[in-house]
Amino acid sequence: MSESLKLSYTVDGGDFVSAGKASEGVKRTLKSIGIDPAVIRRIAIAMYEGEINMVIHASGGTAEIEILEDKITIVLQDKGPGIEDIEKAMQEGFTTATAAIRELGFGAGMGLPNMKRYSDELKVESTVGVGTTVYLSFNV
Amino acid sequence: MKVSEVVKILNADVLCLTDTVSSTQVISACGADMMSDVLAFVKDQGLLLTGLINPQVVRTAEMMDIPCIAFCRGKIPERAVIQLAEEKGIILLSTKLRLYQACGVLYKAGLDADGEM
Repeated sequence: MSESLKLSYTVDGGDFVSAGKASEGVKRTLKSIGIDPAVIRRIAIAMYEGEINMVIHASGGTAEIEILEDKITIVLQDKGPGIEDIEKAMQEGFTTATAAIRELGFGAGMGLPNMKRYSDELKVESTVGVGTTVYLSFNV
Repeated sequence: MKVSEVVKILNADVLCLTDTVSSTQVISACGADMMSDVLAFVKDQGLLLTGLINPQVVRTAEMMDIPCIAFCRGKIPERAVIQLAEEKGIILLSTKLRLYQACGVLYKAGLDADGEM
């Protein structure tokens, strides 16, 4: 692959039922171009956590994926409330999710830690009241 | 362990993909109601046991390449959820056992948490 392949998705906020559709699309594309299944799974899980975050904490956002020869990058951007303390949000178990979200099986405080666990690089930029951007990178 | 054996042990109903239960294997299992906890531990060909029946359970299984989900306490998800699983090739089971019991009987039958049978 000499040129990079780019994918772009809009994540619908507040639509819990269809959350995960973008991750599913990425997973399907990566499979079709023959990426190692173990790498695909890491990417799918990390992106899915990000997508869920955008749905439950922000009112949706965008996902931009770039597939390069040696790595795959994902940029998740939202105009949500922002993260007050990123260091705290990175701790396993820390959550600001409501009881209603936890009843749905999310909001265990594992989102960002899981994204870190499965990616080779994670960068979070956030401004309270403006939004959050998460950069994920995976070596292929 | 074949899914058909899981069905027998849990005395479960097969909600979709009945014809694949004999040809599908699970080599580990995970019991949880928090999907992020499930997502934290990647295992190959795992069985997911849960009391949660929303569509995100199926999506979680899909991301993790989980081939079979067993719903506990006799829960049955909505039709749309069953359809989604069918599309993704994920077998859905429903057992009357509670989560703890279901995990216990499978563990006793040799289905380990780490896939070491």
